Amino acid sequence: MLEPGFLTSIQDLGRFGYAHLGVSASGAADSFALRIGNLLVGNKEDAAGLEMTLTGGLYEFDEPCSVAITGSHFSPRLDSSEVPMWGAFNVAAGQRLKIGATQEGARCYLCVQGGFDLPLTLGSYSTHLMTSLGGCSGRALKKGDVLNVHSKAFALVETPSENFSSWYQRDVLSVTAGLQEDFFFKEEIKLFYSSSYEVSEDSNRMGLRLLGPQLKHLAGREIITEGAPLGAVQVPQSGKPIILFVEHQTTGGYPKIANIISADMHRVGQLRPRDVVKFRKVSLEEARAAFLDRERLVNSIRQ
Amino acid sequence: MDDLFSSALFFPASDNSLLVQFGKSISVEAHSRVARLTDLVLADMPKGFLNVHPAYNSVLVSFDPSQTDHSSVEKVIRNIAGNNPSFPREERVVTIPTCYNSEFGPDLTDVARHCGLSEDEVIRTHTADDYLVYFLGFTPGFPYMGGMPTKLTTPRLGTPRRQVAAGSVAIGGSQTGIYSVDSPGGWRIIGRTPLMLFDANLDPPTLLRLGDHVRFKAISLAEFEKNSIGEQKL
Repeated sequence: MLEPGFLTSIQDLGRFGYAHLGVSASGAADSFALRIGNLLVGNKEDAAGLEMTLTGGLYEFDEPCSVAITGSHFSPRLDSSEVPMWGAFNVAAGQRLKIGATQEGARCYLCVQGGFDLPLTLGSYSTHLMTSLGGCSGRALKKGDVLNVHSKAFALVETPSENFSSWYQRDVLSVTAGLQEDFFFKEEIKLFYSSSYEVSEDSNRMGLRLLGPQLKHLAGREIITEGAPLGAVQVPQSGKPIILFVEHQTTGGYPKIANIISADMHRVGQLRPRDVVKFRKVSLEEARAAFLDRERLVNSIRQ
Repeated sequence: MDDLFSSALFFPASDNSLLVQFGKSISVEAHSRVARLTDLVLADMPKGFLNVHPAYNSVLVSFDPSQTDHSSVEKVIRNIAGNNPSFPREERVVTIPTCYNSEFGPDLTDVARHCGLSEDEVIRTHTADDYLVYFLGFTPGFPYMGGMPTKLTTPRLGTPRRQVAAGSVAIGGSQTGIYSVDSPGGWRIIGRTPLMLFDANLDPPTLLRLGDHVRFKAISLAEFEKNSIGEQKL
């Protein structure tokens, strides 16, 4: 790695099975993009890739390999030529891949055929940046880091005809009702769904803070600390909602007004500071249908 | 049907998680149900289950919606309880050597003043009784403990510290806790233990587990340093 981007880390699909010890899953902020990227280079979808945030970086390849870049468009160039997003291409030994600044959402992914070869931490390659766990010594990558790749095993997949950017609208997020929706006045719930919220600069992989109308709880209601689901929209005393994201704390004591649906979590991973979002309420059945819809696309590439 | 779930309520918390709630308050009885359900699920993680988040009176189960759904998860959980006769949990008492001084416990003086006690009385009270670890949560290895004498109750700091060292022993409101990893925090720090509460290279990676009884033991700075060196050798 010759130049690190703003924040580049090793991610897979997450570290599951340790929440009871206080370890949240972490994993790719946009797992949809990572899965597709891995499938395009013939990897299993949970192989480790690189997650780049806002700006990419400069990479030199010591050996020939095949790679794919997915997620938001970061204007990637191989030496001096443009290379495609959402499709596998070959890199020769000595070539340099320059991944620029985002033209779209917050993150892009670099997947290499074979997947990055690092020590597993509690069964996962994912970096949990807030607690310095996993990945490359628990930290973001820096200049001079050398990453090895598992030996190649599978054939590349032909570039799909799908228009992936159509999956990345990020001005409206679908949610289901949160566990404590009834802790909020009716007018506050209405306000939440009718308002636009701006993503604060003070957002990261742990949570996205939202700026907009403040939401009041019913007086005198407190909740006993309970497990916190990924994508929960919790409202602390300040009244400013926070979306719990991939490195979220495993338990929490703030009332949750809503929860982002699984099928939209990859869009949350593409939100940038100052993006403006609205929330749309759907039923659990609609959430499931949207999830299965997205899975059908992934499955069509897998085969 | 096992009476484990006679009082349980099931709520979809999101489209891929289910909350199992035992009553509406914090109690040792609710805790024993939480402990038992957590043990049973973790002993043989059912298909599609991803994570289990025990808390005071609830357990959140997150699942892979391509493999299962809310009603199947509820059924599996009810069956686990019905098919497994109760077994006694191993009772552990874990001693946490703690150096209570002004260097490691910058808020010890303030806590003493707030509670109308001397610093020695704060230390004696804090080390007097055992604490129950209701669950681990928040950050890796952080124990949510109950049983702190009410006379030590001290409000949190107005402005949280940006960085609290791992091992810091602290009081936040009516609770006491031990910071398990370096993290921001707003609790009043009264001391520090040389023990590591979380180490990803160990199996299990946490010093404590749900249901443990914790006993604080005051140690001197010299003992703290001796212990720290011992820890590093591991």
